[in-house]
Amino acid sequence: MTALLEHPGYEEQRLRSSAEKLPSRELQAGMLLSLMGQPQQYSYPSVFIYGHRASGKSHVMQVLLKELELPHATVSCVECVSVALLFEQVLLSFFGCDVASLLPRSPSLSDFVRIYRQQCSQTPAKQTRYIVMEKAELLRDTDANLLPALLRLQELVEDNVTVILLSEIVWDKFRPNTGCFEPLLLHFPDYSKAELQQILSQDRHPSYSAEFYSSYINILLGVFYSVCRDLRELRHLAALNFSKFCEPLAEGKVKETDTHKLWRNIEPHLKKAMQTVYLREVSSLQWEQMQQMEEKESGALRGLSAHTHVELPYYSKFLLIAAYLASYNPARTDKRFFLKHHGKIRKTNFLKKNEKTSNHLLGPKPFPLDRLLAIFYSVVDSRVAPTASIFSQISSLVTLQLLTQVSHDDQLDAPKYKCAVSMDFICAISRTVSFDIVKYLYDFL
Amino acid sequence: MSTSSVSKGCFVFKPSAKKKKTHKKDSLEDYFSHGCEGADNSEVRFKLCQDLWDQIKTDTEVLQDELNRKILDSLLDFTRKCSSTRQHSDWASQMRASEIPTAALVLGVNVPDHDMTFQSLSELLQQSVSPHVASVQAKECGALKHLMKRVLERLMGTVVTVDDEEEEEAEQIQLHKSVHCSLNTLCDWYNTKTKKSNTVSPGKKRSSPVRDDPQQPPVVVIFKDFEAFNPKVLQDFILICSRYIERLPLMFIFGIATSPSTIQHMLPHSVSSLLCIELFQSLSCTQHLATVIDKLILTPHFPFKLNGKVMQVLISIFLYHDFSVRNFIKGVQLALLEHFHSQPLSALCCKKKEALLNVMQLSNSHLERIRHLPSFKRYVEKQEPQEQGNLLTDDAHLKDVCQNLIKDLRKYHKNYYPVLRCLHTLTSSLPRYPLGKQVRELHLICLEKNVWENEDYQTAMKLLKMLAKDELIALLQRCMETLEPVKSKKMKSALVQLKDLLAKLKQLDTVAAETLPCPEDCITSPVKNLQKKTDLFQLQKTLLEMNESRRAKKLSPFEVLRNEALEFMDGLVKSHLSPPETQTLYEVCYYTSSATVRRHLNATPRTSIQAALSSPYYYLQNESLKTEDGTVSNAAPDICIAYKLHLECGRLINLYDWLEAYATVVSAAEGNHPDSEHFGKVEEVKHARFIRSVSELEFLGFIKSTKQKTDHVARLTWGGC
Repeated sequence: MTALLEHPGYEEQRLRSSAEKLPSRELQAGMLLSLMGQPQQYSYPSVFIYGHRASGKSHVMQVLLKELELPHATVSCVECVSVALLFEQVLLSFFGCDVASLLPRSPSLSDFVRIYRQQCSQTPAKQTRYIVMEKAELLRDTDANLLPALLRLQELVEDNVTVILLSEIVWDKFRPNTGCFEPLLLHFPDYSKAELQQILSQDRHPSYSAEFYSSYINILLGVFYSVCRDLRELRHLAALNFSKFCEPLAEGKVKETDTHKLWRNIEPHLKKAMQTVYLREVSSLQWEQMQQMEEKESGALRGLSAHTHVELPYYSKFLLIAAYLASYNPARTDKRFFLKHHGKIRKTNFLKKNEKTSNHLLGPKPFPLDRLLAIFYSVVDSRVAPTASIFSQISSLVTLQLLTQVSHDDQLDAPKYKCAVSMDFICAISRTVSFDIVKYLYDFL
Repeated sequence: MSTSSVSKGCFVFKPSAKKKKTHKKDSLEDYFSHGCEGADNSEVRFKLCQDLWDQIKTDTEVLQDELNRKILDSLLDFTRKCSSTRQHSDWASQMRASEIPTAALVLGVNVPDHDMTFQSLSELLQQSVSPHVASVQAKECGALKHLMKRVLERLMGTVVTVDDEEEEEAEQIQLHKSVHCSLNTLCDWYNTKTKKSNTVSPGKKRSSPVRDDPQQPPVVVIFKDFEAFNPKVLQDFILICSRYIERLPLMFIFGIATSPSTIQHMLPHSVSSLLCIELFQSLSCTQHLATVIDKLILTPHFPFKLNGKVMQVLISIFLYHDFSVRNFIKGVQLALLEHFHSQPLSALCCKKKEALLNVMQLSNSHLERIRHLPSFKRYVEKQEPQEQGNLLTDDAHLKDVCQNLIKDLRKYHKNYYPVLRCLHTLTSSLPRYPLGKQVRELHLICLEKNVWENEDYQTAMKLLKMLAKDELIALLQRCMETLEPVKSKKMKSALVQLKDLLAKLKQLDTVAAETLPCPEDCITSPVKNLQKKTDLFQLQKTLLEMNESRRAKKLSPFEVLRNEALEFMDGLVKSHLSPPETQTLYEVCYYTSSATVRRHLNATPRTSIQAALSSPYYYLQNESLKTEDGTVSNAAPDICIAYKLHLECGRLINLYDWLEAYATVVSAAEGNHPDSEHFGKVEEVKHARFIRSVSELEFLGFIKSTKQKTDHVARLTWGGC
């Protein structure tokens, strides 16, 4: 069971309850506690915690600070569009909203430090104050002075304050080139299979026994652990498939203890779910509906990703086809594909060696608008007037993200585009207008 | 054809119509009667036009609501369900408590059409689920800050009611004071809001009984055009929202134009795993158009009609260019306006009673116009000589005749549409659709010319003659259903005949059983003969005989009836589906100018620019500019001369050569003698004019500066000389 956290200066009861909430993270929590020391003692100015997603960084911090009732401010760096927001949140949680409103419009770092010092001289810290910054990697994009200042905030404000940075990236990627105060590094390793099992078993269904749920988790991990170790994703999968797992129980066919039969029943469903792992395409409700449908039709699994069919106006389809051709064919070969009497082009000459590598492997290349239109006019079977709506269709294809504009926004100076659709997509589109696109692609000659 | 990189259009998103109360109604009428053909009855026509348009507008709105009802209802259910499961604490919903419920609403590529859907969606949501609905568009949310601000503004703004003004002010101050709005503010606001509605004024807030849980209505954020959003902004917003999901019952609706897989393209797994996405697919726009045409065009209720060509233009704009039903209706509106504006006799294009009244009030000049209508001339030619004289001279008599003709036209329409639908039911299930899959295709064929002379019609009829009994009965049954509600006399008699035929067909079952075996006997006999040894000639002869006998073979009673039924249908088609051009006074109801519609709706800016540059006379109408085709008068504007000269160059143009050529042309225009000293000299004024026209051409996108060669510009168009 859980090893007890022990540290002088904190109540036994609180330590125990927080230890219960932190399964498989006792080691890290203990380490943190010993770093933090007793509440009234000064702590290390800054701590940097890193580890993969869903490895319990925020959770551990949150539980410790909440359970031990330490003064703290938790800030997500995503939310801080401006530094002002960051300062405001910190001041708000330490000194209340009156102080937060003291900040001037668009405050600078020194404003923040000034107000902080002013306040903490009035209400000095009896306990260490903690500032937890989630997604700290975003701090790198803010002002250059912010990160170094935060790292030695304790010195700057002359208060018992510790900044804890949480990130998925290692510290090496943070270090500013002007140098800075080195924080203490703490790594949160990934959960092992047994640990995952232990954590996932915790959220058991109230109407079933703990053993039953844990055996379910065991089966689930057996299938998915090889492809997915993300706790959050596994939890999602567990919730998604549990009702299916319980079905034979509800029908009264098997007993809770009959693991083998349950396994036989759930296995095909988990295999199916395997195809859409990480995709998060459908909600649980739609998932169940789909499974019922499939039982009737026994068709292939269709998730969000299967709905790729897009209805487009007739000329938009041809514009897209032209864009695809322009993106994946070298401009040099246009003559061969689109001129009626292109003459004899020697094959050896035509197929240059360095172009042997498939253009499809290299990805789409940018092309200017006139090339797109030239190909469009030769591809479309009827005479099309260059009306405004043809051009507006190009724009709307860009907003639909089927084309992307690669050059600057200046429309006057020969804009360039790239085609952003896949081969399958364009094949489906050209089939609807009965255009054999493969015949026009250099790669498939 | 030449094309350049310049003319690059974009969707025009018109600014939402602001309330212009100062705009008086009669000024619209002034616009209408200004430059209007036959101004004396313009008031009547204006009124008719407006009434008709109002009717069309309300009808289409109702129609759209009906079409969207299904998907909107399911969306509403989804939101209700989401908000209710939040309160319940069963295991499954607890497991998803950290996910934001999200509806992915796939609406199709016609983005401008979506506005109406979202409008009614948010209204419905506000009425029945939650007062907290904010919808945002991509163009107003370039950065996370802006998105945040918009969401907050809309949420807090919409809920503030008139009676608590103090609070509104307080909130405004708060919003202004906290320079940066965060979701924290929203949470606090939401808490006070919900608390207040629970304690202070419970009676008032629960006025709508439909609301499931007045305690915790969800906060719905609608992203109208999901694809256009900056992915980074969206990701950050979702990340932030997920931090607050425990305190704030948030919900998203994504309006998706292409396909649901864009969600995966735009959001990485770390973000999309915060959402609990459910998919909703709306009706495809082609189906939508079919319904609109069905209810708007293929009905005798609206006296205003489009002829085949105009219909063709509108439909091809829809299918080829934009897929936008809204634009289609706008096109109809344009045609309507043009018709009433340019056709003085359109005063008769209204309901029967009004039309008859309006006939009596026609002035002399209008009657004269009627006499000049081609369809009326044809009508007169068919009359007796005395009657002809009367029609051409006696105004009162003409009015009487006109009344009858208007009535006839109405009857024609009343019979036309049911018969059209009957024919469509018969032919739409045939293999390879000889007369089109959609009823609008058949309608277009019928508008063009006599449908029964069409080759496809003949093949369709041949195919119909091979139908099996049960199929035929089913089709005729459906025809009967379409004819049933029609009130005209002819259709009623047709219905009786059809019923008769159907009854006979059904009776066959009992009668036929006995008579069936006999024809088989006569066929079998020659086959027996065949088995003897015969030479080739004999064989051919017997085969021919067999063929003959089979053809002459007595038709089975079913075949007789089938032929009878098809002949009956054929008769209906021939008597009722003649094109409108054959009807007298059809000009009153039919708008025919397809060129106008095309010019207005499918503009060709490049062609216009090129026309202006290559033949300035076309726009300037100055006699001195008139030239034979292909040349430009040397008195033309500078830019035209420069344009003409640049057409003669290759991809790179030497500026100095161009200037020389230009100076020569302009000197000739000034009347300088070719031998004189100053001829072709480049003086300052000419130089300046040249520079100006070159920069104008650059602005129009015909040339651009290049670094490939000094003193050269690059051409951006190809073609020319």
